[in-house]
Amino acid sequence: MELILSLGIGVLAGSGVWLLLRPRTFQVIIGLCLLSYAVNLFIFSTGGLRTGAAAILQRGEVGTLADYADPLPQALALTAIVISFATTALLLVVLLASRGLTGTDHVDGRERNR
Amino acid sequence: MPDALLLSALVGLPFAASILAAIMPKASRNLAAGLAGGVALACLALVWAAYPTVSAGGVLRAEFAWLPSLGLNMVLRIDGFAWLFAGLVSGIGALVVLYARYYMAAEDPVPRFFSFLLAFMGAMTGVVTAGNLVQLAFFWELTSLFSFLLIGYWHHSAAARDGARMAMTITATGGLALFGGVLVLGHIVGSYDLDVVLASGDLIREHPLYLVALVLVLLGALTKSAQFPFHFWLPHAMAAPTPVSAYLHSATLVKAGVFLMARLWPVLAGTEEWFLLVGTAGLVTMLVAAYIAIFQNDLKGLLAYSTISHLGLITLLLGLNSELALVAAVFHIMNHAAFKASLFMAAGIIDHETGTRDIRRLSGLNRSMPFTARLALVAAAAMAGVPLLNGFLSKEMFFAEALTAEAPLSGVLNLLPLAAMLASAFAVAYSLRFIHGAFFGPDPVDLPRTPHEPETWMRFPVEILVLACIMVGVLPAATVGPFLAIAVQSVLGEDVPYYSLSVWHGFNLPLLMSVVALALGVALYLLLAKRLRRGLDWPPLFRGLEARRIFDRVMVFLSWRLARRLEAILGTRRLQPQLRLIVGGGILAGAAAIWAGGIGPGNLSPSPVDPVLALVWVVGAACAVGAAWQAKYHRLAALILVGGAGLVVCVTFVWFSAPDLALTQLTVEVVTTVLLLLGLRWLPKRLPGPQDRGPEVMTNTRRIRDLAIAIGAGGGLAALSYAVMVRTPPDLLALDFLARAYAEGGGTNAVNVILVDFRGFDTLGEIFVVAAVALTTFALLRRFRPAADSVEVPEQQRDQGEGEAGVAVTGGADGRRGADWLLVPFTLTRILFPVMLVVAVFLLLRGHDLPGGGFSGGMVVAIAIILQYMIGGTDWTEDRLRLRPPLWLGGGLLISAGTGLAAWLFGRPFMTSYFGYVELPLIGQVPTASALIFDIGVFMLVVGATLLMLVALAHQSVRGHRAAPPRVTPPAMARRDPAPVATPAGEG
Repeated sequence: MELILSLGIGVLAGSGVWLLLRPRTFQVIIGLCLLSYAVNLFIFSTGGLRTGAAAILQRGEVGTLADYADPLPQALALTAIVISFATTALLLVVLLASRGLTGTDHVDGRERNR
Repeated sequence: MPDALLLSALVGLPFAASILAAIMPKASRNLAAGLAGGVALACLALVWAAYPTVSAGGVLRAEFAWLPSLGLNMVLRIDGFAWLFAGLVSGIGALVVLYARYYMAAEDPVPRFFSFLLAFMGAMTGVVTAGNLVQLAFFWELTSLFSFLLIGYWHHSAAARDGARMAMTITATGGLALFGGVLVLGHIVGSYDLDVVLASGDLIREHPLYLVALVLVLLGALTKSAQFPFHFWLPHAMAAPTPVSAYLHSATLVKAGVFLMARLWPVLAGTEEWFLLVGTAGLVTMLVAAYIAIFQNDLKGLLAYSTISHLGLITLLLGLNSELALVAAVFHIMNHAAFKASLFMAAGIIDHETGTRDIRRLSGLNRSMPFTARLALVAAAAMAGVPLLNGFLSKEMFFAEALTAEAPLSGVLNLLPLAAMLASAFAVAYSLRFIHGAFFGPDPVDLPRTPHEPETWMRFPVEILVLACIMVGVLPAATVGPFLAIAVQSVLGEDVPYYSLSVWHGFNLPLLMSVVALALGVALYLLLAKRLRRGLDWPPLFRGLEARRIFDRVMVFLSWRLARRLEAILGTRRLQPQLRLIVGGGILAGAAAIWAGGIGPGNLSPSPVDPVLALVWVVGAACAVGAAWQAKYHRLAALILVGGAGLVVCVTFVWFSAPDLALTQLTVEVVTTVLLLLGLRWLPKRLPGPQDRGPEVMTNTRRIRDLAIAIGAGGGLAALSYAVMVRTPPDLLALDFLARAYAEGGGTNAVNVILVDFRGFDTLGEIFVVAAVALTTFALLRRFRPAADSVEVPEQQRDQGEGEAGVAVTGGADGRRGADWLLVPFTLTRILFPVMLVVAVFLLLRGHDLPGGGFSGGMVVAIAIILQYMIGGTDWTEDRLRLRPPLWLGGGLLISAGTGLAAWLFGRPFMTSYFGYVELPLIGQVPTASALIFDIGVFMLVVGATLLMLVALAHQSVRGHRAAPPRVTPPAMARRDPAPVATPAGEG
């Protein structure tokens, strides 16, 4: 199972990095989305993979890792999801503004001299 | 009065008053002057209150904890020497304030002037009362900063700006060196406390780092005191208002350098290095500056170079390594402050009443302003060292020292008396030029203003200072004797040598030297008078040596040429190489860590593969690769594929027991997709074709390289995740969180408790980021100008609107809109809207105990509303819903930050939460943790921020249509008022 997930993370990250290095702004933004999936999953996976572990404590109970999934990476990943949403939105608007100002969707604001 | 109170009031009052003056209205000249004068007098009174202690040989001292962990305390102390300086700073400060009240024009922003002046006074007092070397360096830099502001006060003048910048560059660089020197001294001694440092003179002088400390400290002191070769900033600082010059260049800023040298004299002086460095700098400065001063045509320029020369004299005295010379230096510091301040003020009066400071244009002012002329005459005579005035006394002492100095280089010592006499003769010549040029000769012609005496109170400070010059000159032992005695005693301790402060010492060699110097100076002036009257641009012999030009060239090289060259070599403005570097660096860093630390097998055995999840991930990987493949030419397809990958991520979260993550990921996924869909419309069409291809070879190499980087990054991250997943450390932080989640946080959903309680501060920061992003988005889109080829209405909308633009979105003249084509989804969304809102509130309320929370709840509300927009159209939705995203955003920020702050009301640290359960009818037990209020804030903020972004982007389509004149029909325009939600007042 660990192998599947880590391969998945690898494919997401690889596709994301490939797109980050492309010259068009839309490619970069899609790449950023894919890369943030990979990173969020990676942060989440640092807690170990637990299938069927309870997510919610019983009232008044002191939880242990034997019965519950590790909540800390989850909380971290939750924050990471929100922040990557915010950066994606910001990047989108910046690239739209840049496209309006420069007339091109190249990441440098002008087409490369050929 | 207790020492601590007195000392902190002395340093703190000017700063407090400075803030007060800064907030006064621009026209309140008298109020600000009154405040400044009052504070200066109060400081003077405080200094006087310290006199009984100080005169008895005591030291006032107060310690405040500053950085106790580093052994650093804020120490304020006043001994005799600091007392003398504090008196000069506040006393001359008071006179300068009075003078400035009449000098400054009513149309200048005078309160700002006094605010800077007060702050400078505070910084200067801080320097002289510092009992800790780090603290001294701190106030030292503050004096640089405030002198910058004062010199550049008339910031509309380029000369003032340049002068201020030059002064700042030189003195702040020196300050940096001083700080380094202080650190070295602290390292040698093991303490920064001034008393400890002053007691370890031998230790410092014998330490191998002595020379380093000495050079660094001297760099600070010599730059501040404008000593050669750093002297050139001072004349350019004359662009400041004259009260500033009178204050900074007589008693304060430039004296800080000699103050420091005298302060550290007991520990740094007495060595050959000290003699060579300090003595040479002083000697050269004294001679060269006095020579240049003769040829200045500007009254203030003359005084500036004369100041540099006198500071050189003081520095030379300090460099002579003799106790008597130190006494002479301290004495001359006081005398120079008195006559130079009065001369600056006199020059300011002349400038104020005639409109010019050019000696060549001025003449015969003796008749129109006789009283000022007398005062200036006395002050200038003191500067020239005429008997019965204070300057004469310290000059005599200087001559005596020059004759008897002992030092290793006898050749220099033989020349010293000659040099002293020469400098003194130059001083006589430039003093004569000042007086003769301005006050004698024929009546002036063609002056900008008709000269007349200034207002009585403007002259009053000059009168006081000139009176002091005469009193000290005639009765030195009775007037200034005790002050000088306590000052030198506090520096030298028991080693104070015998010195005599009487006017008449009999016929001796120094007196002869004085007479010769006077005669020589008069002869020199008579010789040069005619040439000087015509005016010279720059003194003969020194034409090529203008330090300013060298400084400018260095600055241009450093800040422009070197910076440009480095940028050309090291920088790029292209994004792709930068990203390649970042990703490549990341891969290398990871690989290096593995190479250095090694990687072994984990302590967990991999769990068996579940074919269902494996299949799901086959789909996910295909989606990711497909998105990478299609993102260039098929954006919509790529977007859908990214959504697919996002769903797979979501399923993975559910699979591995993280319902909260799945919920958030799902809602974020929806909103992101809608955002990107809205953005798609503004991107250019791109079709695969030959026109879009570059030279094949180049592109292919680049692609192969990028592919290698991508595979490296992906493979590396995969290996890293695998390595992390198969091992688990024995004691995880999570244990602690799980144990305390219910007991202390009052919630059974540990993830949510961590977010809103244990790590609530992180969440607060996170939502601030979201709010900032939303506002930035909004601001960027307000000025959005679509590219020319995106303005046209897309063909899909044209088809729907039967050839009329904007109809599909806004509703055309026939009232048909998207709803008419999508009747079933339209009805469904309307029915679902309240249900979604209930779900959102449900998610919010149960968040503490069950999966949910403010963030996902807020996202659901945003999705519900954006659905109405998508199906019903902008007009239809905004006619029925009055959304105010900025209100939601601001309210959310206030509530969540306010919840954190409320903990202070109960005496708890920021963000401490409180919880309990309340029984509500029908609903049951509701957790009423204060964390819930915090979560409500998060909820509101997320609603506001998401809507702000989405709606602002959605409105661009409407604006775009308006901007496309040929296709927009007038009725459509008339129907669109400025967008009420996302683009309030001031739009477009």
